[in-house]
Amino acid sequence: MDDIKNNNLKNASEHGIQAPLALLAELSHRCPLQCPYCSNPVQLEKKTGELTTDEWKSVIDQAVEMGMHQIHLSGGEPTVRHDLEDIVEHCSKEGLYTNLITSGVLLNPDRLKKLESLGLEHVQLSFQDTDHENADRIGGFKGGHAKKLEVAKWVRDVELPLTCNCVVHRQNIDNLENFIQMALDLDAERVEIAQVQYYGWALKNRAAFIPTPEQLDHATEIVEKARIDLKGKLVIDYVIPDYYAKHPKNCMGGWGRRFLNMNPKGDVLPCHAAETISHLKFDNVREKSLKWIWENSEAFNMYRGTDWMPDPCKSCDRKEIDWGGCRCQAMALTGDAKNTDPACSISPMHNEIFSMAAEEARRAPPEFIYRKYGVRFNSPI
Amino acid sequence: MTDILKIDDATIPKFPKHVKFRYNKARDEWVILAPERLVKLDPIAVEILKMVNGEREVKSISLELSKKFNAPEDTIISDVKEMLQNLSDKGFIEENG
Ligand code: SF4
Ligand code: SF4
Repeated sequence: MDDIKNNNLKNASEHGIQAPLALLAELSHRCPLQCPYCSNPVQLEKKTGELTTDEWKSVIDQAVEMGMHQIHLSGGEPTVRHDLEDIVEHCSKEGLYTNLITSGVLLNPDRLKKLESLGLEHVQLSFQDTDHENADRIGGFKGGHAKKLEVAKWVRDVELPLTCNCVVHRQNIDNLENFIQMALDLDAERVEIAQVQYYGWALKNRAAFIPTPEQLDHATEIVEKARIDLKGKLVIDYVIPDYYAKHPKNCMGGWGRRFLNMNPKGDVLPCHAAETISHLKFDNVREKSLKWIWENSEAFNMYRGTDWMPDPCKSCDRKEIDWGGCRCQAMALTGDAKNTDPACSISPMHNEIFSMAAEEARRAPPEFIYRKYGVRFNSPI
Repeated sequence: MTDILKIDDATIPKFPKHVKFRYNKARDEWVILAPERLVKLDPIAVEILKMVNGEREVKSISLELSKKFNAPEDTIISDVKEMLQNLSDKGFIEENG
């Protein structure tokens, strides 16, 4: 059973898909913050199920053997793991470009220095707002913002490159210029401005986050201007919410085409939100090799290529550009992951869903539902 | 505000700290890696970038290449400048100094 694929779907090679480029490693779902837009699944993984240091090392070896270039050490909060140093050292020794995606609040100068000396190559530090009070309220962590500003300084002190990750939405989007200024003040190389993506926790909180089309247009203008003004000084990556885009984003470069995501217990997912598609069965690195999984896992092959697509995607000339958008969003909003992502203006469900979202954006924002262990999650809308 | 780098004969190019020029054994290819970025390179670019070490000038790099490949120096130097300029505009090359 281990070496043969257990379904009739075409596998990666049969689709002409090469080895993945990067591994997103969710080392732990534990996190001191409680962001209500967290991309982790609503059923968070417990500490006891997490892969051990040696299991991660074996995954890293396999990733390198397959030809992957980069690893993103993420979570939850990756720094909750006391073996982060061992993992970073191993990644670096094996030649992976090693990136740490962190909220920063558990870091201290010594640890950063140690991580840098072991081969860490880049830090992505998340910010909830530029206003202290609001940032701490969104993250559900008192004093968090002040700590992050300090951490950014320590990152630069050990000469590690820094990206500020800023998730923007209706409750902080008016501070967009301040976000960019903050990144400059912190001497970051890069700032990532991403609108909330609505699945999992964020979908539960959509009404609290979704900006109005006017807010969004204004934000886009600011980014475009800053990109010109700051060319050569600060790289600005900007992700617009696809609720207001004409066509969906080319999610993950296409399902199972470029990246893979591992959750803390070793399940291998085509994207970090894939667990929201409840009928998918994921394979685990404790049972199968990473290479076998990339090639043959049903969860990957199910939505690879274009054969699975119904109309309108099936007969659309963009189908190999955006691959029909995001499967998780299609699942969350239409109840069937195969459907055209309703973010696409061609989707028959687009108008109904997006006028509802736009309506939410005009009303007063409701209270947050914070990301917490043990919260049950049934119907998304 | 740093001005946009203009690559000329005397420029000493180097990779910024967050940018890595690396050989991937499994794929048998050289690539440029940066956060969320991956640049595939043609064989000529690889030859040029192997000599980028933060010490050598564009001119000296070009000279060595023109000897190695037995090609006219002025064509090589303009190719080298064009390629490095392109990478510099994208933030993958900076000047040492
Ligand atoms: S989004 Fe917030 S809660 Fe989720 S892992 Fe990141 S910092 Fe923690
Ligand atoms: S119909 Fe499908 S393939 Fe066409 S643009 Fe929309 S999501 Fe993309």
